[in-house]
Amino acid sequence: MPDAGQVLLTLLVIFAVTYALRLAPFVALRRVRDSAVVDHLARTMPLGVMAILVVYTLSTVDLTAAPHGLPELAGVGVTAALHLWRRNAMLSIIGGTGTYMALVAVL
Amino acid sequence: MSTPAFPTSEGDDGTHQAGLGPDGSHDGDAGTGHDRRAYRRHQVALAARDTVGVGMGYLPLGAAFGVLLSASGLQWWWAPVFSVLIYAGSMEFLAIGLVTGGVGLAQVAATTFFVNFRHVFYGLSFPLRKVRSGIGRLYGVHALTDEAYALLATRPQQGLTGTRVLATQILCHLYWLTGSTVGALLGARLGLDAEGLGFTLTALFVVLTIDAYRAAPDLPTLLMALACAGLALAVAPGGMLVLALTAFVVVLVARLLLRRRDGAAPAGDLGHHVGGTDA
Repeated sequence: MPDAGQVLLTLLVIFAVTYALRLAPFVALRRVRDSAVVDHLARTMPLGVMAILVVYTLSTVDLTAAPHGLPELAGVGVTAALHLWRRNAMLSIIGGTGTYMALVAVL
Repeated sequence: MSTPAFPTSEGDDGTHQAGLGPDGSHDGDAGTGHDRRAYRRHQVALAARDTVGVGMGYLPLGAAFGVLLSASGLQWWWAPVFSVLIYAGSMEFLAIGLVTGGVGLAQVAATTFFVNFRHVFYGLSFPLRKVRSGIGRLYGVHALTDEAYALLATRPQQGLTGTRVLATQILCHLYWLTGSTVGALLGARLGLDAEGLGFTLTALFVVLTIDAYRAAPDLPTLLMALACAGLALAVAPGGMLVLALTAFVVVLVARLLLRRRDGAAPAGDLGHHVGGTDA
C-alpha cells in the first residue's frame, strides 16, 4: 500500500486534469468552440468511450481458466437486457451485479 | 394558497413578485433580507425536487464505491477525500486501482485525460453564467458531472437562477459524498466482502453505453471503439485504456477529415451519412 502522500499526490493529479477539462470550454475561444471537429467529437465520443471502458474493466478476466469468463458474460448480458427492457439504471446495475456474484459463488 | 408566493421555475415573467430584481433574473440582489432568504429557500427546494432521481442513483453507487475502496486496503476516510477532490464517479472507481497499483503520475494524468475528456463538451451548453459569484462559478466548474449536466443543461434556461444551479450541484455532490463515506465505513466495520462488487463498475459502463447509443445511435462508432479496445488489449494489456482511447480519438478525427476531403457533407448528420442512404 502506498503512503498517504503518494495517494494524495495521485488524487491531486486527477483533480487538476479533470478540473482543466471541465474549465476548458468556458475559456475557449468561440472559434474553437464552434469548430466542426469539436462538434464531431462531442457527438461521437461518449458512446465509444463508454464501450471502451466496459472492455477495460473486463480486461483482467482470464478466459483460459475456469469458469472462462462465464460470470462476466452473463453479468453483462443481464445488465444490458434489463436496461433495454426497463430503462432503469439502478435495476440494471443491481440485476447484472447480482447475477455475476451469484455465478462466481456457484461456479 | 391561491397565488404562488414565489415565481415558479418555468414561464416566470419576473414582474409579479415585489422586491425582486426587474431584470427577471432575481438572483438575490434586490428586496429585503427576508424576501431574499425565503426566495433562496424556494430555489433550493426546487433543486432538491430536481435531484431526487440522481440521489437514488448516487447513494447506492457511492456506497458501492466506498465498500470497494475500504476492501482495497485504503482507510475509510479516503472515501470522502476521493469524493470531494475527484467527484467524477467512474474516475473514482478507476482511481482505486491507480492509487493501489502504484501507477506512475504521467499515466494517471493520461488516463484521467481520456476518461474525463467528455467533460470538455459539457461546458459548451452548461448554464454557468447564471451563477454570479466567483467562488460559486469555480465550484460550478468542479461539480460539472454527467448528471449535473443532464439535469441543468436540458432545462428551459429563462427560469433558471444561479442559486438553483449551485444548489442542484451541491446536493448531487452531497449524495455522492454521503453514499461513498457510509459505504466505506460499513465496509471497513463489517469487513464486507467486495469481491464481485467491482462488477458494479462494468454494469455502470454497460448502462451508460446503452444510454449513449439511445441518445445517438451510431453503430460504426461503437464498432470502431470496440475494435480499438480489442487491438489495444492484444498489443499492450498494461496500458490498454490510454492506448485504446488515443486510437479511438485518432480514428474519429481521421474519419472526419477523410470524409471532408472526399467532398461529402462536412460534419453533417452522422447517422444519415454512415447509413449509406446518401448518393
